[in-house]
Amino acid sequence: MTAGRENPNREQRSDAEAEFERTPLYDLHVALGAKMVAFAGYAMPVSYPLGVMQEHLHARNKAGLFDVSHMGQAFLVGPDHETSSTALEALVPGSIVGLGPGRIRYTLLLNQDGGIVDDLMVTRSSSSDDDGRLYLVVNASRKDVDYALLAESLPSDVVLQQVSDRALMALQGPRADAIMRQHCPKAGGLGFMAATSAEFDGIDCHVSRSGYTGEDGFELSIPSKHAERVARTLLDHDDVEAIGLGARDSLRLEAGFCLYGHDLDETTSPIEAALGWTIAKRRRTEGGFPGAERILRELSDGPARVRVGIAPEGRAPAREGTEIVDADGRAIGVVTSGGFGPSVGGPVAMGYVDTVLSEVGTEVGLMVRGKQLPGRVAKLPFVPHRYRR
Amino acid sequence: MQRYTEDHEYVRLEGGITTVGITNHAQEQLGDVVFVDLPEVGKTVAKGDEIAVVESVKAASEIYAPLSGEIVEVNEALTDNPALVNEDAEGKAWFFKIKIAASAEFEALMDEAAYKQLIT
Repeated sequence: MTAGRENPNREQRSDAEAEFERTPLYDLHVALGAKMVAFAGYAMPVSYPLGVMQEHLHARNKAGLFDVSHMGQAFLVGPDHETSSTALEALVPGSIVGLGPGRIRYTLLLNQDGGIVDDLMVTRSSSSDDDGRLYLVVNASRKDVDYALLAESLPSDVVLQQVSDRALMALQGPRADAIMRQHCPKAGGLGFMAATSAEFDGIDCHVSRSGYTGEDGFELSIPSKHAERVARTLLDHDDVEAIGLGARDSLRLEAGFCLYGHDLDETTSPIEAALGWTIAKRRRTEGGFPGAERILRELSDGPARVRVGIAPEGRAPAREGTEIVDADGRAIGVVTSGGFGPSVGGPVAMGYVDTVLSEVGTEVGLMVRGKQLPGRVAKLPFVPHRYRR
Repeated sequence: MQRYTEDHEYVRLEGGITTVGITNHAQEQLGDVVFVDLPEVGKTVAKGDEIAVVESVKAASEIYAPLSGEIVEVNEALTDNPALVNEDAEGKAWFFKIKIAASAEFEALMDEAAYKQLIT
C-alpha cells in the first residue's frame, strides 16, 4: 500500500520542510508529536498522536485547540466605518456598511464573472476610536490573490494592512466557553458572530465567537511571541486537546461548510454554491458588486447546478472528484469534498449536481473505483450546529 | 514465516495459501481506518495488481497483490469493523488469502530484517 502518500514520516523531515513557512506554534506541534504536512506553503499539523478520528470527536464532545495562523489576517483602515465598508462592498455582496460594531460577517470576494475569489470573515471594530477599521480573515491559499484584488480596488483613503505578527488559533467545542472564561472573561460575554479586543491572562488579544466546526467556540488572534504560551495554557486544561487539519476538515464537512479550492472556486457563483443568503437584501436591488448581473439572474431564475450534501449509502467514502450520476448512469455532477464523518459514523460528502436533481432525498450514483455505488442528496449540515445564540 | 513488500504488506505462507495484510507500521501511518474494500473471492490476480483499498478518514490507499494467484478468502470481519486494522493489523485484521502456484514469488519478497531496515 502507498503508506507514504499521506504524510512524510516525522524523522525523515528535513530539507523538504525547510521550504515551508512555519506558524508561531510550529515548535509546539513538533513537541506534541504532530504529523506535519505541507498546506498552502506552510508546515502544518495534520494530526497528533490522538489521531484524526479521536481529535474530531473530542472537539465535538469537549474542546479542541486548532492552530490556524496560516490564514491571512489583515485590516482595511479608512477614516470612518462608512468609507471602509463602502470600499469593501465594491467587492462583496454582503452588507458591510450595515455591520454593527464588534459584529462579524461571513462574505465572499467576487470576480467580474460573478465567481467566488475567496470566502472570508469581516469584523467591524468594537471600539469607536477605531471605527474605520475592518478586520479580515482570509484563506491561506488565497492570501496573495485576495490582497492583490483589494489593493487594486481600494480608494486612496482606505489602506490594506497585512498582519504578520499575530497567531490565530481556535478553541471549539461545548467546553470552550467555560475554559475561555477562566482566562478571558470578556470572551464569555460574546454572542455568536461577535468580537472584541480583550486580554487573555493579561495578554492583549482579539477574540471572536466564531469558527469552522459548527460547535460553540472562539477564534483568538494573539501576538506571535505569546502564542505558544497561550496555546500551552489552554492545552493544560484536561478537556482541551490539540486538533490537526485532518479533523478540521472532517468537522467542517459535517458542518456543511465550504473549503475554498474544493467546494468554491472562481467559476462558482454564490447562488450555485448555495450561499445566496450572503447577498444582502438591500444589495439585491442596489447591486454594486462584481458579477451582479449573473448573480441576481441566478437568484431569480435559479442556477443550472447547485451545491448539495451527498450521503453515500454504504460504508465507502466518495471523495473529491467522484463523478455523480443519475439512475441511468448519466453524469449529473461531481463530489467536491468527501470523506468519513466520525460524528455521523459513516461517509459524508458535498458536491454540485444539476439543479433539477438537487432535491434532498434524490437517489444518485457515485462512481467509486469504476463501480456505481448508491447515494442520496442529503440535507446540510450533517451534524446540527450548536452555536451560542 | 512472514515476508514483506515495499508497500508495507506482510505475507504469510502456509500449505500453498498466503495470508496478506498491512503491517503495523502501515496502520500507524494511515491513522484510523474507516473502510476496507476487498477483492472478490475467486478472482485471479497478478503480482502488482491493485486489488484492494484501505481508507482512513482523510485518504484512500491502494493495496497491491504481493503475488500472483487466486483469491480464496477475504476477511469479512473488516466490513463491519474496519478499526480492527488499527487494533491488530498483523493478526485478526488480515485482508485476503491468495492461493499461489509456486513459492518462488514468495521467496523473492523481503524478510523481517530487510523490512525493519525499510521502516527505520
